Amino acid sequence: MRLSEDNVRVALEIIGRYPRPRSATIPLLHLAQQQDGYVTNEAMAHIGELVGATSAEVLGTATFYEMFKFEPVGKYLVNICGTMSCALLGSEELMHHAEHTLGIKAGSTTADGLFTLEHAECQAACTEAPTLQVNYRYRFRVTNETFDQLIEDLRAGRLADEIPAHGTVAKIRQRIPADKGVGAVPPESVTAPPSWMPAAEAAK
Amino acid sequence: MTARAENYPYTPGFYAGDRPEIVTSRFKYEDSYTLDRYLATGGYEGLKAALAKPAPAVHEEVKAATVLGRGGAGFPAGTKWGLTPPGVFPRYLVVNGDESEPGTYKDRLLMERDPHQLIEGCLIACYAAGLSQCFLYIRGEMAVAQERVAQALNDAYAAGYIGKNILGSQFSLDIVLHWGAGAYVVGEETALIESLEGNRGMPRLKPPFFPAAIGLYGQPTVVNNVETLANLPWLLVNGAAEYVKIGTETSPGTRMMAVSGHVKRPGVFEVVNGSTTFRDLIYGEEFCQGIRDGHELKAFVPGGGSAPWFLADQLDLPLEGRQVGAAGSMVGSGAVMVMDETTDIPAAALTLTAFYAHESCGKCAPCREGGTWLMRILERVVAGHGTSRDLDQLIQVGETICPGNFPHASSERLGLTAVPFPYKMTTICFVGPSAYTPVHSALTLFRDEFEAKLVKRTFISVSSAPVEVAAANTQSAGAHA
Ligand SMILES: Cc1cc2nc3c(=O)[nH]c(=O)nc-3n(C[C@H](O)[C@H](O)[C@H](O)COP(=O)(O)O)c2cc1C
Ligand code: SF4
Repeated sequence: MRLSEDNVRVALEIIGRYPRPRSATIPLLHLAQQQDGYVTNEAMAHIGELVGATSAEVLGTATFYEMFKFEPVGKYLVNICGTMSCALLGSEELMHHAEHTLGIKAGSTTADGLFTLEHAECQAACTEAPTLQVNYRYRFRVTNETFDQLIEDLRAGRLADEIPAHGTVAKIRQRIPADKGVGAVPPESVTAPPSWMPAAEAAK
Repeated sequence: MTARAENYPYTPGFYAGDRPEIVTSRFKYEDSYTLDRYLATGGYEGLKAALAKPAPAVHEEVKAATVLGRGGAGFPAGTKWGLTPPGVFPRYLVVNGDESEPGTYKDRLLMERDPHQLIEGCLIACYAAGLSQCFLYIRGEMAVAQERVAQALNDAYAAGYIGKNILGSQFSLDIVLHWGAGAYVVGEETALIESLEGNRGMPRLKPPFFPAAIGLYGQPTVVNNVETLANLPWLLVNGAAEYVKIGTETSPGTRMMAVSGHVKRPGVFEVVNGSTTFRDLIYGEEFCQGIRDGHELKAFVPGGGSAPWFLADQLDLPLEGRQVGAAGSMVGSGAVMVMDETTDIPAAALTLTAFYAHESCGKCAPCREGGTWLMRILERVVAGHGTSRDLDQLIQVGETICPGNFPHASSERLGLTAVPFPYKMTTICFVGPSAYTPVHSALTLFRDEFEAKLVKRTFISVSSAPVEVAAANTQSAGAHA
């Protein structure tokens, strides 16, 4: 899907913060994924138009990054960390249990489209092993019991306030008020040192 | 008297103690991430102190404090800012908040718990070094860190701490929140810049692409780690003379350390840099309190997943770059992972090698192919399908990535003397060597465990009832006779 009118407004605001529009590619891919749950070809073509790249270039960028999905995934993406600290404290056993509870293997989506289970890499919470993220929201020191409870809560919609559907990562966006921001300029149109640098220092 | 080790419910994993607090002083407040709390606890005073001086004087102050980079390489920030070529503008600041090195976490806490401190650090750095725009790159998977930093930026803009003519001065700066999408290698500074330009996050060749010279949009660019910058507000308020009183001459100040794995109380601590030892961290009452009950230390990774492993022989080394380097590893990103005697060493090494193999960007053949080979061979050894040739092959493949002597620890038990860090490498960045590091450490220090896996073949039965079939065949064969 192309970006909606509202999302184009957000996109233009994001693009405006960078000296070169292409820098907005990854944030706009996130925006597309937030809109559709995954990144569609139409969205990539649209992003290309907005940032001045071909859709192939946008695809090239998008496919490098783990978080972008190119086909529908579950409403809840469950990522279980399997790197060393978590593995030392039973992440493999947890994954085994999760596969059993959800009735799917890591890398798959449940038939009802609610859950996708993935093996993830170090989530920067190593002291709280084993860890997982649901749509990039943490759960620490997960046991078989707390895992099952989590799945039940998600099914029942009890965590909807905390955990948005797949596609939304941060729920708060940066906003730079027009009267406060300095504004981005292309690098080639800046040649002088910044105003606060003494001229002698700037020459160094 | 027992040493203080205080945990706050809203910061799981973090423990405060009776130690200097340069970057974690606000972690005790539930609302530590709000502008109100920040201002009530001395927030933005460092910025005011900086703006009261000419920019070069602030730069000198940071140089005098020798604030070592906390992202892994340990290069002094003040010196780094001075490496930009003369007279070339604009210059940019790119903040590295992509934290994803196995075992490492501190930047996430600093962003979630004290985003204004980081913002203030960015402002001070840009003022001092004449950097005209700041991009704050946060790891894609860190939803809460992104939210906290976004809110803090919005509040700081509204209050006049960021933007045009900050606090009525000549100094004007935009800080732009940027966020990634899941790729470890993007933490490497030139890959971070590629990613920020909207490309695949593949590292660039150095030379010529040293960020200080040719960075973002080809302009001089400073890349600094989150924790490095978070040190600056305290430094500007208290001065370099106070800063260097903490820690040692070569490693002043504090640093955040995450200790995980088989310890009684895994945790993140702000410790005195340079002098705190691994024994303090793992066994200290105020830190991890030893190996979990009834177990003993087998090995530990001292500086993030990329670091060669240490044994009990190395416990008394301090967190000081040169000494740890001479002993065969690195302090790296401030992460210790502890293994007790229950650990299956080849399987543990595989978790790391698989990580780096998976995260190879594919630019260099030795990493792209070699890392994958290492993972595949190790997988089959761990699964019980290895042969005696496989162990030599692991070394051979490793040597295509890192030719020559590879660093390792000394061991009394094995009669080994240390080979100092670093290694030679055939790749552009450290992802390739890092795939080999755990294999090399594990094989050098625990070869017997690999060999034990080669003795017994894991049996896979092709038919679920092979015996009955065989018996039936015997009978029919008999009938023919
Ligand atoms: C593969 C690789 C991954 C890295 N990941 C990170 C990271 O996640 N965060 C970080 O600050 N530095 C990381 N670094 C180090 C950066 O390249 C760079 O040295 C650092 O951000 C500089 O900041 P500092 O001088 O303040 O430490 C990584 C380096 C390599 C080779
Ligand atoms: S070493 Fe690996 S990750 Fe690094 S540039 Fe080469 S291929 Fe890419």
